[in-house]
Amino acid sequence: MTETRYDVRLHVNGTVHDVQVPARRLLSDALRHDVGLTGTHVGCEHGVCGACTVLMDGRPVRSCLVLAVSAVDAEITTVEGLADADGSLGPVQQAFKECHGLQCGFCTPGFLTTITAGLEENPSPTPEEAREMVAGNLCRCTGYQNIVASVLRAAELRGGDA
Amino acid sequence: MKPAPFELVRPRSLDEALEALASSPDAKVLAGGQSLVPLLSMRLASPALLVDINGIGPLAYVRSDDDGVRVGALARHTDVLGDDEAARVQPLLRKALRLVAHATIRNRGTTVGSVVHADASAEMPAVLALTEGHVTAASVDGRRRIPAGELFVGPMESSLRPDEVAVEAFFPALPAGAGTAVEEVARRHGDYALCGVAAVVRPGEGARVSYFSVCDVPVAVDVSEQLAGGPTDAAVADAAELALTRLDPPADIHASADYRRHLVRVLTARALRSAWDEAHEEGR
Ligand SMILES: Cc1cc2nc3c(=O)[nH]c(=O)nc-3n(C[C@H](O)[C@H](O)[C@H](O)COP(=O)(O)OP(=O)(O)OC[C@H]3O[C@@H](n4cnc5c(N)ncnc54)[C@H](O)[C@@H]3O)c2cc1C
Ligand code: FES
Ligand code: FES
Repeated sequence: MTETRYDVRLHVNGTVHDVQVPARRLLSDALRHDVGLTGTHVGCEHGVCGACTVLMDGRPVRSCLVLAVSAVDAEITTVEGLADADGSLGPVQQAFKECHGLQCGFCTPGFLTTITAGLEENPSPTPEEAREMVAGNLCRCTGYQNIVASVLRAAELRGGDA
Repeated sequence: MKPAPFELVRPRSLDEALEALASSPDAKVLAGGQSLVPLLSMRLASPALLVDINGIGPLAYVRSDDDGVRVGALARHTDVLGDDEAARVQPLLRKALRLVAHATIRNRGTTVGSVVHADASAEMPAVLALTEGHVTAASVDGRRRIPAGELFVGPMESSLRPDEVAVEAFFPALPAGAGTAVEEVARRHGDYALCGVAAVVRPGEGARVSYFSVCDVPVAVDVSEQLAGGPTDAAVADAAELALTRLDPPADIHASADYRRHLVRVLTARALRSAWDEAHEEGR
């Protein structure tokens, strides 16, 4: 018996992608394997680590906990969508570079998407709020200090606008 | 960790969803997926058909009036948490939702899904039990109202039938003059609690507490008699002892049963005092 495949139209970083996937395809896998955007990383695959975090209509969600077929109505932003139009680093990416907010980089896409949305909601976080912003994401390398510093630096780079 | 194969329908109306559920003996509702997708991936659940209700826009509402707060099946935890009217009418909603997972999980998970998932470690079933709210269930046969007291029948087991969609959860308004509190201890912020207590206190009128993570189903206990003279050391200790006769704290890798019993005593005292103080401050 062959598994039914579903026609799914995904809107990712402003581009439409028509893919054919089985119902059980996780959005994380659809993004990586069907759309070819491998910036979204997959760690735990049950919602705990945050590496797979993408934005759906601007809100961070775990792409490993969303079925691709369930994502049809949403505008999805992955880490690839965070760079500026000319390809230069977005403010959160720039801040991570300046503050050494990453080491191995495995967790980084999830932090970048989460913080991008977090600063949209709260453009000038206190150190305490910066910590809270990233509390749902795990990093095994950095010890988080430089990630928190990156959040604060990214807020500066964005000019506290919004 | 990938789910086993299943079929999926994505209805645009509630009626279509109910038809689909009635058509298959092994169908399951997919709401936010924040509990169901992990279960699928770990292959602890393998339904033949998923009925994805995320396309039924009209179910995404939070409505508040003097009676209480009505939460539609597609309202995400984040939407309920951010709703100022809902927080005013029933402050326990915001107090409890802040403790449900992390913001990223709350952005997708639904409050109604959390209630009917009936995890006794979860905050919202305990809030529904404490406030004596109810769930409205719909099937092709019509609608029925399931009071909190009849909803939770076992660990992760609700009295919702497999062919029903829980379309709404209703949380009654906080009565005038009452104060509330939610207290929990978790290993890490955002984790499920080792022990949690929610309380409503109306000085001179009554007091109720409910528990999560220390029982198989959410347990609500009337401690009005104990609290009649205010939250003295003896009163809050008596309230906790009464509750403990109804609780069955589990032992697991995170905490022993004894430690959880200790937390019941400490958190019951904290919650009752804080709810009592709030009632006096508000002077509502
Ligand atoms: C990392 C992580 C941490 C978490 N921490 C917490 C926590 O601390 N506290 C907490 O309370 N929760 C926690 N959760 C769970 C979260 O709150 C879920 O959102 C919630 O339990 C289920 O809601 P959902 O919409 O995602 O339901 P789903 O996962 O879609 O469904 C769960 C179950 O309920 C059924 N169902 C859902 N909606 C309906 C409906 N309308 N009608 C009929 N059946 C329905 C489904 O068929 C399924 O059996 C956590 C989840 C994760 C991944
Ligand atoms: S891979 Fe999705 S949260 Fe870990
Ligand atoms: S940089 Fe290695 S896990 Fe975060």
